[in-house]
Amino acid sequence: MVPIAYYLVLSALLFSIGAGAFLIKRNIITVFMSIELMLNAVNLSFVAFAYQWHAIRGQIFVFFVMVVAAAEAAVGLAIIIAVYRTRNTLNVDQIDLMKL
Amino acid sequence: MNQVPDILRILPEVILTLAGVAVMMIEAVLHQNTSRRPLGWLAVGSVAAAFWASMAQFQMAPGTGFHGVVQTDSFSAFFHVLICGIVLVCCLIALDCMPERGENMGEFFALVLFGAVGMVLMSSAVELLLVFIALEISSISTYILAGFRKHSVKGPESSLKYFLLGSFATAFFLYGVALVFGATGTTNIREIAATLATTPMPAFPVIALAMMLIGIGFKVSAAPFQVWTPDVYEGAPSPVVALMSTAPKAAAFAVLLRLTYAVFPLLHVQWSSLLWLMAALSMTVGNLAALRQQNVKRMLAYSSIAHAGYLLVAFSAPSSEGIAAASFYAVAYAAMNVGIFAVVSHVGGYDDHLNSISDYRGVAYRSPLMGAVLAFFLISLIGIPFTGGFFGKFYVFAAALHAGAIWLAIIGLLNSGIAAYYYLRLLTTVYTRHAEDSAEPNIAPLSIPIVLALLLTVGSTLVLGIMPGRVLYAARWAASSVVPPTAAPTEIVVAPLQPAR
Amino acid sequence: MRNPYYWNYLPFMLQVLAAVAIASGMVLASWFVGRHRSSRVKLEAYECGMVAQGDARGRFSVRFYMVAMLFILFDVEAVFMMPWAVIYRQLPQLTGSRMFGFWEMLVYLGFVLVGFFYIVKKGILDWASDKADL
Repeated sequence: MVPIAYYLVLSALLFSIGAGAFLIKRNIITVFMSIELMLNAVNLSFVAFAYQWHAIRGQIFVFFVMVVAAAEAAVGLAIIIAVYRTRNTLNVDQIDLMKL
Repeated sequence: MNQVPDILRILPEVILTLAGVAVMMIEAVLHQNTSRRPLGWLAVGSVAAAFWASMAQFQMAPGTGFHGVVQTDSFSAFFHVLICGIVLVCCLIALDCMPERGENMGEFFALVLFGAVGMVLMSSAVELLLVFIALEISSISTYILAGFRKHSVKGPESSLKYFLLGSFATAFFLYGVALVFGATGTTNIREIAATLATTPMPAFPVIALAMMLIGIGFKVSAAPFQVWTPDVYEGAPSPVVALMSTAPKAAAFAVLLRLTYAVFPLLHVQWSSLLWLMAALSMTVGNLAALRQQNVKRMLAYSSIAHAGYLLVAFSAPSSEGIAAASFYAVAYAAMNVGIFAVVSHVGGYDDHLNSISDYRGVAYRSPLMGAVLAFFLISLIGIPFTGGFFGKFYVFAAALHAGAIWLAIIGLLNSGIAAYYYLRLLTTVYTRHAEDSAEPNIAPLSIPIVLALLLTVGSTLVLGIMPGRVLYAARWAASSVVPPTAAPTEIVVAPLQPAR
Repeated sequence: MRNPYYWNYLPFMLQVLAAVAIASGMVLASWFVGRHRSSRVKLEAYECGMVAQGDARGRFSVRFYMVAMLFILFDVEAVFMMPWAVIYRQLPQLTGSRMFGFWEMLVYLGFVLVGFFYIVKKGILDWASDKADL
């Protein structure tokens, strides 16, 4: 059996990649995808922990995270379309009408 | 102790959900050109019913329902009542200033109701899975509401910023939950607390707590996680800002109070120092940035960051006194902030045609009532006696001083002084006469909903400022169900503390 | 590599190697055996044998996206039915009530149905009409 630490390290790496991409990437869709990556990294942690503790609760959590992520994706993409319609761009650097 | 049926434990949520579904369905079958105003009144009525159901929860025997997933006690009932009250007034504000037809106005009220379900559920959830779902229900609804003016240029931008940073924060919160689950093997708050109390502290819970603090810090817009706030508040319609500057924050603070005091009491040293830092930063950043704002909504956004900081000051108290002070402050802040946004949305309108501070010049002469009410709420935000803001700050700083956090209290008092400057600047502008009588856009005539909203907010701010006893009693009672008082309850000494200038 | 644990992965490793070998072998063989003749037609975008027309980056009606999004939502909602169906027979003992599990799922399906009714009424699934404010 693969030691649980492997899963946790992978999950932490994926989460960091997602967080890093969120900060670096300029395209809204890519930024949004990096959030999804972070959520799925968390899912991996949940499954690994659920396996280790023999607790089904962690896997149930994953179901709910998936559903919520889908709902978030639907709303997020709708918002992105609304932004594109008013701005004709998907570059986060150009969504800067309101600033300090 | 008689058995309470599970369904009664979530009665406010059930009422709000059914009302939301009803509003949504009626919106779908109504003709495009029919007025959506009755839907708004339906929402108001159902929130009032939920308010009543929450009040009834105070009388209910405390306990859990649905296999230990929700818990109704005086704490959850306190925040239920607070959130239902906020949502009620926000629906009234929306009824006043939103257009009657078109733009799917029914969806607005449905989303407000669904969001309210999430916020209410957050305060009674004792299972992290449910906390997460409730958080998302409230967040997703507010993401959409923030961009409700989808044809304006700023609406979608505001919504996008809120959405991206909000989901980013949620991911952090979720990672924290995963680590807690890994450390304890459970996601039930009571079981986590029990497990953590018996096992020696591994590193996991500390990281987990830090992750959750990041997530919740975003939701309550505490520095350094506050960057989204001014942009989102500027672009969102004012009734929505009234809602999302208070209700989701109150719910998030409820979760934070439960997490810190009930789940991680052993990590008190760690989280209280983190929250100390967040409180000091939020107050300072919020107030200093508010000084140089020209837009009223942006200024109020920074002021709300500062107020989140004041509230976090209460967390320096280790006992139930901190919870009581924080809960009381949440009520006082909600009353005055919803009130001031009621004025802003009535004066500025749905399309924000009056938005900068200079636009507010002479508002008091065009509408004396609006000017007076605005002045009253500004005074309360400063924290002058006989208003809710004064007692809110008073109890928070008293709790901090009791706990020995003298420096934090000093920073807070200094900040109240800075804050007075920009509040007074708006106040004097409102009462400055125009040099020449130019053709300014007139303020909309008063309507029944806005009068009701102002009555409710002014009334509660006044009551909190003159006789805070009942609310304070409720707050202490709420605190006692999170942390059972160990020693004799410490009476807050009414010292002749100078009001914040 | 004394750890016996890693030896569990030997078959997997072998399969990966075999797959890489076969795939690259086929490509390389065709490269060496076949003749190379480049022409305009070969460089064109392949579109099921038809003559390609238009730009690949054209914009689509937002309706496609709406349907795709709704599909995802309703698709994911089915995730809760699977575990429910698996333990349905044990639910009376688990919940302590005979019909609780049944009614819970009915409530859930009711909400899904409400959402479906809403999108139908709003005309999202109606391809031909402009009733929906997209």
